[in-house]
Amino acid sequence: MFDLDKWQEIFSTINKNRMRTFLTGFSVAWGIFMLIILLGSGKGLQNGIDAQFRQDAVNMIQFGSGTTSKTYKGLQAGREIRFTNEDYEFLRKSIDGLDKVSSRYFMWQNRVISYKSEYGVFDLISAHPDYIDIENATLTEGRFLNQIDIQKRRKVVAIGEPVRKALFKNGKSPIGEYIKLNNIPFQVVGVFTDKNERDATRVYLPISTAQMISGGADRVHSFAVTSNLSAAESEVLEKNIRTKFAERHRFDKDDQNAMWMWNTLKEYKKFSNLFLGIQIFVSIIGAFTIIAGIVGVSNIMIIVVNERTKEIGIRKAIGATPLSVVSMILFEAVLITGLAGYIGLVLGVGVLSLVSSILPQNDFFQNPQVDFTIALVSTLVLILAGTLAGLMPALRASRIRPVVALRDE
Amino acid sequence: MITLKSLHKSYVTGNNSLHVLKGISLEIEKGEMVSVMGASGSGKSTLLNVLGILDNYDSGEYYLNGMLIRDINETKAAQLRNRTIGFVFQSFNLISFKNALENVALPLYYQGVPRRKRNQIAMEYLDRVGLKDWWTHLPSELSGGQKQRIAIARSLIGKPKVILADEPTGALDSVTSMEVMDLLQEINDTGITIIIVTHEHDIAMRTQRSIKLKDGVIETILYHKSTYKAVSSF
Repeated sequence: MFDLDKWQEIFSTINKNRMRTFLTGFSVAWGIFMLIILLGSGKGLQNGIDAQFRQDAVNMIQFGSGTTSKTYKGLQAGREIRFTNEDYEFLRKSIDGLDKVSSRYFMWQNRVISYKSEYGVFDLISAHPDYIDIENATLTEGRFLNQIDIQKRRKVVAIGEPVRKALFKNGKSPIGEYIKLNNIPFQVVGVFTDKNERDATRVYLPISTAQMISGGADRVHSFAVTSNLSAAESEVLEKNIRTKFAERHRFDKDDQNAMWMWNTLKEYKKFSNLFLGIQIFVSIIGAFTIIAGIVGVSNIMIIVVNERTKEIGIRKAIGATPLSVVSMILFEAVLITGLAGYIGLVLGVGVLSLVSSILPQNDFFQNPQVDFTIALVSTLVLILAGTLAGLMPALRASRIRPVVALRDE
Repeated sequence: MITLKSLHKSYVTGNNSLHVLKGISLEIEKGEMVSVMGASGSGKSTLLNVLGILDNYDSGEYYLNGMLIRDINETKAAQLRNRTIGFVFQSFNLISFKNALENVALPLYYQGVPRRKRNQIAMEYLDRVGLKDWWTHLPSELSGGQKQRIAIARSLIGKPKVILADEPTGALDSVTSMEVMDLLQEINDTGITIIIVTHEHDIAMRTQRSIKLKDGVIETILYHKSTYKAVSSF
C-alpha cells in the first residue's frame, strides 16, 4: 500500500496544480471549519444557560405561605396562612429526602446599611446556616452563620463581596467590624461570593435575630430546601411537602394561592429539553453542512477528472493500468481532503478558543467548545466522502479509452 | 513483428454502423520502417489505434511479436503498450505540468523503476535527442520540434519493439520535419520497427514502403528502396 514512488508522483501532481488543489481543499476545510464553529456555538449557548442554573443549587425547592382561594372543611376562602418556626422543625423531622433546609423571614424595614461614613442599600436576607449551600455561594473570608448564632439570636452578618467593596473602602478586613442595620450594630463574621451578581449584593443575618428585631415572633415567610433527587423524585417530594403542609395548616392541597412553590429542578428539566432541541437543531444543520461539503467535494472531483481526461489518456497510452489510474486519483483525493479537513479542524478549534478568550463574560454564551470526538468523526466522514466522491470519477477515468482521450480536437 | 489477417473494425454510433477497416491483411517485419497513407476517413488512424492496442477490433487476427492480441483486458493491454510499443503523436501529448525530464521518465514509472534510476535513464534519452540542457523546461516553454523530440525520447525509454507515430510531423515546419525524420531513421537503424501514419509524400518517401489505404482496404503498397522486393498480392 505504501509506495514512496507513488506518493512522490502524487505530490508532484498536487504541487503543480495548486489552484485545483486549493479549490478542492478549500471546500473541505470550509465545511469542517463551519461545522466546528456551529457545534462550538451550540455548545457555548448550552454552557451559558447551564451556568445560569448553576448559580443556585439546581435541585432547590422554594415555597412560602399565601392566602387561601378555596374553602376547605368549612373554612372560608381568603384566609391568610402563617408558617412558624415549628414548621421548620416539622420539615426537618417529618419530610424524607431533604438535604439542606432553611427558612426565611422577610424584613420590610429600611435596608440602608452603614459602616462609619459609608452606606448603601442592600438586600437583607434572614436565613439558616444551610442557606449558603442553597444559594451555591462561596465563602471567601471568615465563616457563614452557624447554629449558635440562631440559638443565641446573635447580631452577626455575612456580607457579599460587592457589599464589602462598597462599605470597606480602605481594603481592611471587615471580619470583626460592626456595621449598622437600622441603627443596630451587627458584627461581620464572613464574606462570600455568588456567581449571580444580584445574589451577591446581599447581607445574611440569622433568622432568629431577624424575627426578634422586627418583632416577628416565630413567624416564617418561606422555606428553601435542596435534595439529591432526580427530577421525577423531586416532583414527588414537592407533592409530599404540599400535602403535609395542607394537612397542618388546613387548606386544600390543590389551592395554589395558599402556598406557592418553585421547583428549580423542574424548571431545569424544561431547559434541558430546550438544550436537547438546540442540540438536535445544531446536529441537523451540521449534517446538512457535511452534505454540502460532500456535494462540493464530489463536484470538484468530477471537474478535476474531466479536466484530466487527456492526461489520463496519455498515461494510459504509455502504460498506466486502470488500477494505477484509480489509485492515483483516489490517493490524491484522500490526501487533499485529509489535509484540508485537518486544517479546517485546527482553524475552527482555534477560532473557538480565540472567541472564548476575547468574548466578555456573557449570561447566554460561554466557553464555546467542541466535542473533539464529534469533530474528529465529522472530519473523517468528510474525508471518506471525499474519497467516495473521488472514486466515481476515478473509476470512470480508468475506463476512458486512450483513443477518445487523445483525439485531436 | 506485426501480422494482420483480414482485420475488420466498425464503429457503432446509435443505429449507424460505420465499417472502417474492411479486411486488412499485412505483414511488417522486424526492423522495418513503414508509412501508412490515405485520405482522411480511409481508416489509417483506426488501424494505428488497433496496432497500438488502444482500440479493439471486430474480427480477423492481429499478432504482435508473435502473440495474438484479442480480447485482452485493459491491464494486460497497458502492460503490453508499456513494454513493446512507443507512441508519437501529432499533437505531442506531453503532460503539460511535468517538465521534459519527468515526461520522458513517465513510462519507467509505470514499469516500477525507482525515481532516481528513471530520471538518470531519462537524462540519457534526452541527451540522445539533443535536449539534455532543456530538461527543466515545461512543454509550453519548448518549440514544436523540441516537443516532438521529447515525445520521441519518451516513446523510446521503455525499450519498445515498435514505435507507432501518428502524423509525427503534422504540426511541424518542413525543416523541423526532416530533423524529426532523421531522428526516427536513426532509431530505426538500431533495429526498432517504426510505423508512421502520414499524408505527406516526402515523409512517406523516407520509409521503406508506403501502405496506401482507401475506404478501409489496402489500395497499393509502394516500395521506396530497391533492397525490398514485392510481397505477393493480397
